[in-house]
Amino acid sequence: MTESTLDDINITPKPEGGSCSTADCRKIVMDGLWHNNPGLVQLLGLCPLLAVTGNFINGLGLGIATIITLTASNTIISFTRHWVRKEIRIPYYVLVIASIVTVIDLSMYALTPELHHILGIFIPLIVTNCVIIGRAEAFASKNKISRAALDGFMMGLGFTLVLVVLGGMREFIGSGTLFSEASLMFGDIAKDWTFQINKDYRGFLLAILPPGAFLGMGLLIALKNIVDKK
Amino acid sequence: MKRHIEAMKKSGISLAIFALISVLLVATTNSLTKPKILENQARMLLQALNEVLPASHYDNDLAASKIVLSPQKTGFTKETPVYLARKQGKPIAAIFEVTTLKGYSGAITLLIGIHSNSHTISGVRVVKHKETPGLGDKMETQKSDWVLSFNQKSLDNPDLSGWKVKKDGGDFDQFTGATITPRAIVNAVRSTLLFAQNNMQSLFQAHDFSPTPSGNRP
Repeated sequence: MTESTLDDINITPKPEGGSCSTADCRKIVMDGLWHNNPGLVQLLGLCPLLAVTGNFINGLGLGIATIITLTASNTIISFTRHWVRKEIRIPYYVLVIASIVTVIDLSMYALTPELHHILGIFIPLIVTNCVIIGRAEAFASKNKISRAALDGFMMGLGFTLVLVVLGGMREFIGSGTLFSEASLMFGDIAKDWTFQINKDYRGFLLAILPPGAFLGMGLLIALKNIVDKK
Repeated sequence: MKRHIEAMKKSGISLAIFALISVLLVATTNSLTKPKILENQARMLLQALNEVLPASHYDNDLAASKIVLSPQKTGFTKETPVYLARKQGKPIAAIFEVTTLKGYSGAITLLIGIHSNSHTISGVRVVKHKETPGLGDKMETQKSDWVLSFNQKSLDNPDLSGWKVKKDGGDFDQFTGATITPRAIVNAVRSTLLFAQNNMQSLFQAHDFSPTPSGNRP
């Protein structure tokens, strides 16, 4: 595979984080955020993406949980890539991802119960997110740990960007607010963060309901294509 | 053929080892986090109960004085946990955790606190629901004060015919654009009041006020 030859390019390992060359790192970053964005280009994980983006904060919540899971699963799968036989790799990925998600779920419940209360419903949804198994198969199983972890983080971040933009858009059009319920995630300091255009705004329900998710998503993809063409 | 079996054996064994490691990992996390999670759950439950009945109104351990009423007994669709609040041994209020299926989408779970003597409502909160965001979710206290309109109400205030939403000729506001959700809640509160009116005393008698041995939770 071409990917494995890329591994040999990195001769100077650095102790922390990026042991890949700058150009290489840059490519991974740009792939995750833009050129190969999981939400807009790969169109993976649409189910959770469309389901939870009723407002900005929910989108951010699922995004954070996805970043953690994706980075962890990519790291572990890359770490064990030499010991896993080709025939059993898919059940192995499922095993790893399900275990990670469960561990994260339980730890969050114990350590940050308030945050878990908000994100609780999204975390099990992550298991069904094909971005994670997709990156495991396409990237983590063929690359060394530092690159796999960076890829996981950047893909997660790219996914989060789509989530918050779509969530913000739907919330703004649908209920005329932004960052509502931020205090559920950030505590009391966020009480005043809610931005409201106009007290009399009656709301545009379509944007909040499932059709609004599809329409908004379509618009975002179209927008990306326009930007790419220029 | 032999090579295939050999490969299958290797795959099977390695998958089993990975599965074992995963199970160990999840089991360890579970046992490490369990006490903390139970503690958090108890705290959150108490927090929710205290919204319906302020902590200064009672002095017993609410979580420990819980009884569960069967659907046959109450006429509700699901089992109904009831938390009995006492002060110095005297009955103060019962908090019913009522689930109604009459909402617009799925079950709505309510906490309804009812004073034991006057049968007035000490508070109502929606603890779980899946109603339409932006329309049916105005019963959340973060979104509107609607649910507070139940405070201090009883079956005499308004009388039974008033325990409906305005659209049905009753006294309670519906939300703009959503009638089904408030109707479900008003009906659930009314049925709970009716149940409490007839059963309040037997509830407190059945569950004696002296701290039961099973109530001694760590």
